Amino acid sequence: MMARVTGLRLSLALAASIFALGAAVAQEPKKGGTVHVVVQPEPPMLMQGLNQNGPTNMVAGNIYESLLRYNEKLEPQPSLAKSWEISPDAKVYTFKLQEGVKWHDGKPFTADDVVFTLDKFLRDVHPRWRPIVNAQVEKIEKVDDLTVKITLKQPFGPMVMTQEVASAPMIPKHIYDGTDYRANPANNTPIGTGPFKLKEWKKGSYIHLVKNEDYWLKGKPNLDEIYWQIIPDAAARAVAYETGKVDVLTGGSVDVYDVARLSKLPNTCMTTKGWEMFAPHAWLTPNVRNGILGNKQFRQGLMYAIDREFGKDVVWGGLGKLPTGPISSKTKFYSDDVPKYTYDPAKAKELIKASGYKGETIRLLNLPYGETWSRWSESIKQNLEDVGVKVQIENTDVPGWTQKASNWDFDLNFNFLYQLGDPAMGVARSYISSNIAKGNPFANVGGYSNPEVDKLFADAAIAPTDKERQELYTKVQKVLADELPVLWLLEMDFPTIYRCNVKNLVTTGVGVNDGFRDAWKE
Amino acid sequence: MNLAQFLAGRLVKGVLVLFAIAVLNFLLIRAAPGDPAQVLAGEAGAADAQLLEQLRARFGLDQPFLTQLWIYLKGYLTFDLGFSYRQQQPVLNLIMERLPATLLLTGAAFLVSLVVGTAMGALAARRAGKWSDSIITTLALAFYATPLFWIALMSQIVFALKLGLVPNVGYETIGANYTGLARALDIAHHLILPALTLGLFFTALYARMMRASMLEVAGADFVKTARAKGVSQPRVWRRHVARNAILPVVTLAGLQAGQLVGGAVLTETVFAWPGIGRLMFDALVQRDYSVLLGVFFISSAMVVGFNIITDLVYRIADPRIEASA
Repeated sequence: MMARVTGLRLSLALAASIFALGAAVAQEPKKGGTVHVVVQPEPPMLMQGLNQNGPTNMVAGNIYESLLRYNEKLEPQPSLAKSWEISPDAKVYTFKLQEGVKWHDGKPFTADDVVFTLDKFLRDVHPRWRPIVNAQVEKIEKVDDLTVKITLKQPFGPMVMTQEVASAPMIPKHIYDGTDYRANPANNTPIGTGPFKLKEWKKGSYIHLVKNEDYWLKGKPNLDEIYWQIIPDAAARAVAYETGKVDVLTGGSVDVYDVARLSKLPNTCMTTKGWEMFAPHAWLTPNVRNGILGNKQFRQGLMYAIDREFGKDVVWGGLGKLPTGPISSKTKFYSDDVPKYTYDPAKAKELIKASGYKGETIRLLNLPYGETWSRWSESIKQNLEDVGVKVQIENTDVPGWTQKASNWDFDLNFNFLYQLGDPAMGVARSYISSNIAKGNPFANVGGYSNPEVDKLFADAAIAPTDKERQELYTKVQKVLADELPVLWLLEMDFPTIYRCNVKNLVTTGVGVNDGFRDAWKE
Repeated sequence: MNLAQFLAGRLVKGVLVLFAIAVLNFLLIRAAPGDPAQVLAGEAGAADAQLLEQLRARFGLDQPFLTQLWIYLKGYLTFDLGFSYRQQQPVLNLIMERLPATLLLTGAAFLVSLVVGTAMGALAARRAGKWSDSIITTLALAFYATPLFWIALMSQIVFALKLGLVPNVGYETIGANYTGLARALDIAHHLILPALTLGLFFTALYARMMRASMLEVAGADFVKTARAKGVSQPRVWRRHVARNAILPVVTLAGLQAGQLVGGAVLTETVFAWPGIGRLMFDALVQRDYSVLLGVFFISSAMVVGFNIITDLVYRIADPRIEASA
């Protein structure tokens, strides 16, 4: 029996010990069975090469596969690549592919598919792979049917972290080569190599995946079927779990204040693991172009004024952890050797006064992702007004937020971004000046620009060893924590709530996104 | 004016109204901030200029505004409601896939509320001042005033969770693979909660309307005359009062029927009912213009159509009314 988690304030240490316990008493997986999972909202499509929305990844990550997968410590593991070698100069990566892998339509998976995917398909359409392949990769070649060689322009440490299934899903060349990718009718009937195949998608109701009988990893998957149910209302999702309609409530699918109650139900397990690759980091972006927000003292004053503990414990029900800087403590290259900010209204008043603030109204753009975010906005407004800063909350819908954030139409803006396993991919983008561009809410929308920071991030991305990278990242964290281009609020946790008889569900750094390969039902 | 002339006149007007609505819808949607490409890119958590450009071209947003309007109108003239790039499906398919579920839900709610509401209202009027009247009017007032989403959630908690009588969400038991009669019964089982929830408000409305209207008619001179002539009490209520009191209810029913397609957004959302209302709401928050315009168009066509039908029903209910175009 896996221990049932009753407390809400689940510390990482506790989570780790529960995992260890679970592993220690691991049983022989049982074959067969059906699992009902909540996916929210409904994915726009399941062709993961063309769309990487959260819900798309949850479902399609079990249909498609990539060269590597990553465990909870974010160490690379074999997937479609059986093994890989990195040359001593860290510039040549050679991937050996698994033998006997077939696409869901029966055609063999070979090095040609890998080269097509990485060199053509994703370079053309994938917003995260494109900048990497264009800036770092010299060439991608097939050596033989089961070997692919990627040659880099210079050492690029994060390369080994780029092959997660949403970042680089393998796409069948025989279906897509030479076609207009986005108009290909096959987008409705995704063909991957993964452990599950799409059987039926009843729009508005469910997505039905069935076991891939010809899966290359013999004996897997254990489950016969997965139904991803689409239930748009959060309270109705909670009731659906309680009445037994669904077995798994994926991260973020129930309201924060329901998590504690649901976790205490019989035969119910809760974990905050399985999000290490994403490690969502929430913050407020000050628009440094707008008057007083360009003043470092003022921003520091705001940071001291915000009761971040309150946000975590009350607004987010105790889920998560306070961040110290731009890099999540859950990922590599984190350093806590930085200036720290505690809740200190007196100090905040002092700094704000010294900054020359004259009572201008600050517009706070709320993130329209539900009740919790609105409450967070309100509590922060109160914190800031306590120290004499006038705040006006602006509300809009998601497209409105996207447009305002993308076009820099805010003073303070809520946001949360994925860290994507390496600071070069998920962190630098929010701080470097080359990423100040309109049209994208996840660019450097605050407009912070510092040549020293640009250089540190650029050097760290291509420094040959992890030790050298760590030194540079430690330095940049120190600088940023002093300058506060954004006000970091929370390392977010998205708890997965599930029946304890669903085993081995969360075993990787992306959790349910690729977890059904190994999951089984008792 | 004869029936054919009446119908022809109304149809021509209806088409003109629909055309104006189609143009207005297009302009209104474009006034909302954001666009589908930006939303799609935003949801993915990563985007660059090239991706946005590729997506905008897919959605046809790279064309000049008037060209987009022209393509849209031209499509509608040939009954082509367009293509949703987001969902990779023609809009008509998306709507047709969802239409049966919505019509089942709204149709059931419509029938239940019309029959139960009118009967309750008539009963309350007959027993005006008695305790049964008080119960009906109090309940009607309560259901009329209670927010739909609250009733929806409470009914889930009471009837699905606590009592376990009915499923709380969905259209059918997912994964059960029922066929034939078993499937019909399964769907009916799922239909109970949403249909009753959706029907409650209109039941209350019909009951109040019918009661008020009947009491008003009951005091009219011709009813007194009928009584004085010695017509039996049940016959007076049935033939003289009820028949004359039904007209406002017909008006209301016409309005409700017009909402059969688009009027159940909230119910469909809370009960995860895979209908048109949710398709429309999702399309709205995703700025999926073509889907949104398609649903708007079908909904407006329903309203226009049911207005014409209502006018025809007036003529049957009360032959004195001359339908005029």
